[in-house]
Amino acid sequence: MSAFEPPPLADEVELAAPPALVPGAMAHSRPYVAAPAHNQALGFPAERVPDWERRAVEKLGELLERSRALRVFLDSCVKCGACADKCHFFIGTGDPNNMPVARQDLLRSLYRRHFTVAGRLLGRHVGARDMDEALLQEWYTYFHQCTQCRRCSVFCPFGIDTAEISMAAREIMDAIGLGQKYSNEIIGKVHKIGNNLGLPEPALANTLEGLEEDVLEQSGAAVKFPLDVHGADVLLVTPSADFFAEPHVDGLIGYAKVFHQAGISWTLSSHASEAANFALFIGSYEQMHKIAQRIRQAAVELGVKRIVFGECGHAWRVAYAFLNTLAGPWDFLDPAYPVPQHIVEVTHELIRRRGIVLDRDANAGKTVTFHDSCNVARASRMGDAPGGQFVLPREVIKAAVPSFVDMHRDTTHDRTFCCGGGGGLLTDDLLELRIKGARPRMQALKEVVEQQGVTHMAAICAICKTQFAKVLPAYGFPMEMVVSLHQLVGQAIRLG
Amino acid sequence: MSAIAAILLVLATAMLAAGLAYRVALWLAAPVPLSIPTMPAPLTRGGAAMRVGREMLLFHSLFRADKPLWVASMAFHLGLALVLLRHLRYVVAVPPAWLVAIQPVGRLAGWMMMAGLLFLLARRFLVPRVRMVTRTGDVAVLVLLLAIGTSGLVTTYLLHTDILAVKAFLTSIWRAAPEGLPPDPTFLLHLLLAILLLAIVPFSKLLHAPGLVFSPTRNQPDGSRRYRRPARWARTLAGGGQ
Ligand code: SF4
Ligand code: SF4
Repeated sequence: MSAFEPPPLADEVELAAPPALVPGAMAHSRPYVAAPAHNQALGFPAERVPDWERRAVEKLGELLERSRALRVFLDSCVKCGACADKCHFFIGTGDPNNMPVARQDLLRSLYRRHFTVAGRLLGRHVGARDMDEALLQEWYTYFHQCTQCRRCSVFCPFGIDTAEISMAAREIMDAIGLGQKYSNEIIGKVHKIGNNLGLPEPALANTLEGLEEDVLEQSGAAVKFPLDVHGADVLLVTPSADFFAEPHVDGLIGYAKVFHQAGISWTLSSHASEAANFALFIGSYEQMHKIAQRIRQAAVELGVKRIVFGECGHAWRVAYAFLNTLAGPWDFLDPAYPVPQHIVEVTHELIRRRGIVLDRDANAGKTVTFHDSCNVARASRMGDAPGGQFVLPREVIKAAVPSFVDMHRDTTHDRTFCCGGGGGLLTDDLLELRIKGARPRMQALKEVVEQQGVTHMAAICAICKTQFAKVLPAYGFPMEMVVSLHQLVGQAIRLG
Repeated sequence: MSAIAAILLVLATAMLAAGLAYRVALWLAAPVPLSIPTMPAPLTRGGAAMRVGREMLLFHSLFRADKPLWVASMAFHLGLALVLLRHLRYVVAVPPAWLVAIQPVGRLAGWMMMAGLLFLLARRFLVPRVRMVTRTGDVAVLVLLLAIGTSGLVTTYLLHTDILAVKAFLTSIWRAAPEGLPPDPTFLLHLLLAILLLAIVPFSKLLHAPGLVFSPTRNQPDGSRRYRRPARWARTLAGGGQ
């Protein structure tokens, strides 16, 4: 996909009505299929198994026994359509299969056919379908047009979470040998090397040294970026994008400055050099568990007291909501701190008790807005009270910049729109989809840029940052508009 | 006649109870291996129960999603609840004072329920998004409910049925000696359709009612940093902390 030109945005969020239905509008959008080696590295069949139709049904049966959520969600939908216009991909494409309920129905049809009395007796009148090539192709197409952002589940009267359904569908596809290249290849790299980028220890050490030199040059302070330091207090687990890409790396510099000024001893780990856990996207508990073990192993090996996560949305979901179950118990860590902690929680607490001092003037001229990452907003928390995931980042930003503005209320907090690149879709073979899916967020951004002079949008997710850097230009914004939250913090910390 | 109706009614009730019990047993048999409440979520079990209660009684999420749909849905469900409450007087021997007092409200509720249903049905054809996901079964359930409502209103307002006879019939079922079913066609239709409705609940989308109670995104508290929840099937995985 080369340059895709989205149609112009409306001036105000309210003016953007739900789109007209365009059946098949995104039927052509499919990510690359995983090569046999990518599947085998995860223990999946290399290629389509011979009796895949039967195997798919069998796998669905297994998943139903493993997850109450899947069963309840498949049984409970009333087709009310309350979720239909809530998905950024439906809003951005008009393809009816991108209505969450229709996406669910792609899996539900097979469920009804094989696991319900009504489906066996009444067939298509109750939406039951057999597994065949046509259905499988629809699955591959439209279950890879869901970023598993959970926005639909906020509005569904029964809390049906399409993310769970698309995870199950992807798990079934993996089980019959139809994997997605992007996710499976990356998970393989984590198993082999320890991070999504496939960055080995020497290269990582090298990069961190380079950062120390850069920061010394810029600020005159000897800020350390420690790697594999035994006995450090804090193990920082951060997305590997933070080691390289813009604006991610400025966030990493921000964390380092926070630790430096607060006098907290910390370390990165070359074994657990990745916060991301893409196994979430393919719905595989086993893979997710395997990746999470690296963090436990690193914490034990380095003898740290606390585990802190850097800025990454889905990683924080896995960390906050799953890590305790996947890799706990954490009884060998300091019980004075929750496990794990988010870097924003650490910074927020330090600001509160003046363990660090921020100077807003260092960010003079910036009017900043905040993009709530879907996974942070709807699948995790920060701090002690429900909703802390909305409050803490905003308070930190407000402490670091002179002017803060929120976007339209229908697009923030738990109603936030996904950036359009989450859920294993952050790949160039899906660029058209990503640009279209970003539309609701771009719409809301346009409003505050034009009406309130917003200059920057802060994000706390590696995927959001990469996605926005790519799609902002398509909507006529400069790509530098997206900044790491800790980039703002780092700038506001004056050292030396 | 009385005997056939009684047998059908008992059968349908049994299907309802057995079907629901089976479904709920299936749900309970499957674990929830991870913490997946839609955030922000209450921190305690009690709080989570309140959240489910708010969804059940106030349709809180639906309110945030779609106001007209919320109004119609409320009108139908609340109407139905009141109508059912009113029906209690056909089975209790001596209706208590409150039951007598709500009779007029119950009649009003019948209209409310019908208005809600008509809106829901119209929506299925008029809103393109909804029409797209509508199957025969979705329309059939609405039509069934409308037919039950219409026949009920007709017996209430136009072709009065002998209420005392109905009551005698229903109470006679308890004694396993059914008798005295009033032979009015409208009433018989009403009864037959209601029996059909009872029977299909466990096999249809009407499962959404119990589904809400068991929906993990709504009934789980937010406590994953404090509590572990390894499912039995996951405990065999290699590595620390199982
Ligand atoms: S809102 Fe929930 S019940 Fe309604 S159509 Fe969507 S998934 Fe189904
Ligand atoms: S989880 Fe997000 S992307 Fe997936 S269907 Fe729901 S709203 Fe759309």
